[in-house]
Amino acid sequence: MPKSIEELQAIARKIRREIVQMTGAAKSGHPGGSLSAVEILVELYFNRMHIDPKNPSLADRDRFILSKGHAAPVLYAVMAEAGYAETPADKLNTLRKLGSVYQGHPDMRYIHALEASTGSLGEGLSLALGMGLAARMDGRQSRTYAMLGDGESQEGQIWEAAMAGAFHKLDNVVAIVDYNGIQLDGFVKDIMDIAPLADKWRAFGWHTIEIDGHDFHAIQAALSEAEATKGKPTCLVAHTIKGKGVSFMENNPKFHGTAPSAEEVKLALQELQ
Amino acid sequence: MPAKTKFEIKLGAATREAFGRAIVELGRENKDIVVCDADLSKSTMTTYFAKEFPDRFISLGIAEANMCAVGAGLALAGKIPFVSSFSAFVINKGFEQLRCCAAYPHVNLKVVGTHSGISIGEDGPSQMSIEEIGLACSLAGFVVIAPADEVSTKALVKAAAAYVGPVFIRTGRPKAPIIYNGDQEFAIGKAIEVTEGSDVTIIASGLLVAQALLAADTLEGEGISARVIDMHTAKPLDRGAIARAAAETRAMVVAEEHLVDTGLGVRVAQAVAETCPCPMEFVGIQDRYAESGQPDELLDKYGLVARDIAAAARKVLARKS
Repeated sequence: MPKSIEELQAIARKIRREIVQMTGAAKSGHPGGSLSAVEILVELYFNRMHIDPKNPSLADRDRFILSKGHAAPVLYAVMAEAGYAETPADKLNTLRKLGSVYQGHPDMRYIHALEASTGSLGEGLSLALGMGLAARMDGRQSRTYAMLGDGESQEGQIWEAAMAGAFHKLDNVVAIVDYNGIQLDGFVKDIMDIAPLADKWRAFGWHTIEIDGHDFHAIQAALSEAEATKGKPTCLVAHTIKGKGVSFMENNPKFHGTAPSAEEVKLALQELQ
Repeated sequence: MPAKTKFEIKLGAATREAFGRAIVELGRENKDIVVCDADLSKSTMTTYFAKEFPDRFISLGIAEANMCAVGAGLALAGKIPFVSSFSAFVINKGFEQLRCCAAYPHVNLKVVGTHSGISIGEDGPSQMSIEEIGLACSLAGFVVIAPADEVSTKALVKAAAAYVGPVFIRTGRPKAPIIYNGDQEFAIGKAIEVTEGSDVTIIASGLLVAQALLAADTLEGEGISARVIDMHTAKPLDRGAIARAAAETRAMVVAEEHLVDTGLGVRVAQAVAETCPCPMEFVGIQDRYAESGQPDELLDKYGLVARDIAAAARKVLARKS
């Protein structure tokens, strides 16, 4: 059943709280790029994808690959909220601890419902193309979504995959770039600028849509447009804010790969009420 | 075991050709078999598959990293993908993708490298793969196979398709001497004692199995009984066959068309050290790159022919206590 924007926003707030808490408990991890991706994952898992958390191996399910695997906290929190048996909500705070299913980066050995193990940047879109090719060969309606980082877009393999996706006309694959403008060492524009990003994807033959990645209306419209686009894959260039929702984390490169302190967790949770 | 007859080189199909034929037969039996290639299908011989099954052949251009990960994606969605290119390119340029997308999540991906070793000849070192056994064996959970001839390649490609998990298969460019007739059975991880022998064991893979058999004939003329084992699977290693051979012959030579520092030999040596230590010698490519030339000239110049194996056998026998 479709969810209202208000319902999705409420879920997004809850996911943000969990991201802050779990990275705080882990004392390491990547909160900034998890917080920037919340609305997109919430829309996909709670309103868009044909999935059944009670039956994760559903043959014609849609698939999601978190190519920017360091944003694992957002994926774990979303899957826990969605009700996958392998991702219990009450264990989110075991993130990154020995024996936890919540490994530092998504690991299929621990969570079989994951579509891929990721973490080494640049690879997820290629995996998505393989899944898209398989779905087409089998005549399945399954769609595959791959979320890429903006820093990740500096990897050459992304552009190999971009070429291949358009060449094979994989209209069942959607790339979503979480364009929050910050990578580990600082601002993307200062490390290795990727602009003009949408122009690059268009030049590579993808139907490309630029959106505000925190606006559910915009995300929904773009994903629907992607579904309606035939003969070529779609890329959403989602402009987002790193650390979105927590004032002192927003646009702060420190929180790419640093967990909030106990005090910062407290402050963040107050803001995320 | 039949009476020993002198081994004669009769050339059969190249192992890459055998792979190309086998994959077509597999394609007929199983619609989930798919093939990806990186603009070398006319050389890797996946062109046969492309002609018969155009809908299951995926051209990915000269982009091996992407190809390896696309292959993993196909496998994750239920296909049995074979990704193929020259060994030098698929293993080196695709290594990181093979590690993270196939090995670490233990994905059912099959990787076939062709044009292995220095016997590709004229193209020279940039196209020669002399490292891939070491590289592939360092991918945890991968099965690594280097068949010797046409019959064994066909059988082992089919065994790889039936096995669930990541596999790397090393094949070569030139016509390969026939070692087996159609009666021989092959299983992943099960070495084949091609000739029996009691004084020294020669463990070989790929093209060097034929050279080992020639060397065994030479040694026999000198009154030395050499056992030849085709170690077609580098991982998992047939430790039983190795331990038996070490215990029974107490001297061993390993011969391969690969860098000696990282190939089959060091793996066999580890197994020997752990089971039944004995003197060993190693025939392979020393710490250097080869050059252009005809395959036979190169194998001769770089010390990979029967003469070199026989010399190594004599050397190890001199060390035998």
